Amino acid sequence: MSDLTTLTLSEARDGLAAGDFTSEELTTAYLRALETIRPLNAFVTETPERAVEMAKTSDARRAAGQAGVLEGLPVAIKDLFCTRGVQTTAGSRILDGFVPPYEATVTANMWAEGAIMLGKTNMDEFAMGSSNVTSCHGPVENPWRINGDNRSLAPGGSSGGSAASVAARAALAATGTDTGGSIRQPAAFCGIVGMKPTYGRCSRWGIVAFASSLDQAGPMARTVRDSAIMLQAMAGHDPKDSTSVPRDVPDYEAALTGDLRSLRIGIPEEYRMDGMPTEIEALWRQGIDWLKAEGAEVVDISLPHTKYALPTYYIVAPAEASSNLARYDGVRFGLRNGADGGDLTEMYEETRGFGFGQEVRRRVLIGTYVLSAGYYDAYYLKAQRVRSLIARDFSDAFETVDAILTPTTPSAAFPLGDKMDDPIAMYLNDVFTVPASLAGLPAISVPAGLDKNGLPLGLHLITNAFEEEMLFRVSGVLENAAAFATTPQTVA
Amino acid sequence: MALDTDAVRQIAHLARVRVPEADLEVLAGELSNILTWVEQLNDVATEDVPAMTSAVAVSLPMREDKVNEGDHEDAILANAPDRVRDFFAVPKVVD
Repeated sequence: MSDLTTLTLSEARDGLAAGDFTSEELTTAYLRALETIRPLNAFVTETPERAVEMAKTSDARRAAGQAGVLEGLPVAIKDLFCTRGVQTTAGSRILDGFVPPYEATVTANMWAEGAIMLGKTNMDEFAMGSSNVTSCHGPVENPWRINGDNRSLAPGGSSGGSAASVAARAALAATGTDTGGSIRQPAAFCGIVGMKPTYGRCSRWGIVAFASSLDQAGPMARTVRDSAIMLQAMAGHDPKDSTSVPRDVPDYEAALTGDLRSLRIGIPEEYRMDGMPTEIEALWRQGIDWLKAEGAEVVDISLPHTKYALPTYYIVAPAEASSNLARYDGVRFGLRNGADGGDLTEMYEETRGFGFGQEVRRRVLIGTYVLSAGYYDAYYLKAQRVRSLIARDFSDAFETVDAILTPTTPSAAFPLGDKMDDPIAMYLNDVFTVPASLAGLPAISVPAGLDKNGLPLGLHLITNAFEEEMLFRVSGVLENAAAFATTPQTVA
Repeated sequence: MALDTDAVRQIAHLARVRVPEADLEVLAGELSNILTWVEQLNDVATEDVPAMTSAVAVSLPMREDKVNEGDHEDAILANAPDRVRDFFAVPKVVD
């Protein structure tokens, strides 16, 4: 492990500013780290030449006194973000070989602020999954291991490659996307920080769409401060996304005051699930004690429709996915199959039948069914109404509290291959993250402890819409109190 | 709701996804389980509840109806599986 790759993003930023090392040196150290962790399969595409070229340009820009927020800092990009001239697959065979002729707004913002691209990270196909095993590029391995057990563990998903690369010190930070927990759950499984901003805070333009009313890009990093710096560069209004919100981006790093006095933190009773492992319960209680010790007032709250969040999500998300994924038809980009028979419908069916993996196929079929004539009201409209109630639960709660504390996941990372036979068992991974997604609220997972097997566990904070500053403020204190310093077994 | 293999075949056709005959039965079981599971939403009273159609409380922005970009034919067609001049080419639809 090189000294440079042990630095956090904010430390590396300060080191570059002080002239302790150059971006080219830092980038070269990370490109070596990328090679070391290849067995994890965290990257789909490495872009070393581009990285070195960007680093040289960055060093020149800094010398000219023009350093951006992420100037000279090497990061990884989830393969769901369209990157001009670099293959973007979304983990799907149907996009094999697709080279976008344009750049996503979020990544364009990051390059404009001086970030260096190391490569594109592996992910569940079209971001549909909680284990990174649905990728057409094969699963990612979690850099952590159970004590005394060498089985490969799932990194979580869908942003599994981003989480694994940051945890293994092969990227300073990475972009993720979160539809129902795809940033926060893998962050918890890999012992890093993962943050989903308010819906509308980051532009969705150029991000391969899964469920458009839920998808949101966010940072994955080793610390809360690093996440705040990343979001600073990623966020902002974009006229090319009509749901992007025209609000100024505050100084997120300045929100890390370390002061919780006079804040009220809500503990939702409905998140105490039957059969929840005692370790998760204990960590949650520990989190409450930490926040109390820092001067916050902790109060019990009720979010009565919590148990309906997952079934609501598994109607809304597949419905939107089936509509969004209609564009993969073999006509304009990506895979084409079955065109030789001469029938257009056959070409569509063969292309999509071959191009989509099993989980994507399941969700496209469920989505098609719940949107079809005769079933729309009973499933889709019903789910949209329950979604209103879930959002209302949160807005009622935020009348009296500043933030809500819950566990991130109902378990630590599980062995690769587990939970594959039962889709619903896999869906339950997102039980604590999905409600905030449905309500469009910002939320963050912070590594807070280890389970009895030595695997990381996360605590989860949720705040009201566009209160990312409050989220960073509270999570910064939680992070300091937890003082999580363990590194995974695999470190570059 | 329990779906049989005929229903799954019909949904797959609506979705334009070829599903091998051998997969239909397993899929029918999986999809039926998911549908039965989501039907717990019927326990929630929603008569007077509006449908949530947007996660953010903003009205859709309007812009001037004016061309602001164009002439990107080659970039747009660069990933086409098949093209003829400035068009995407597909199997013949009309004889």
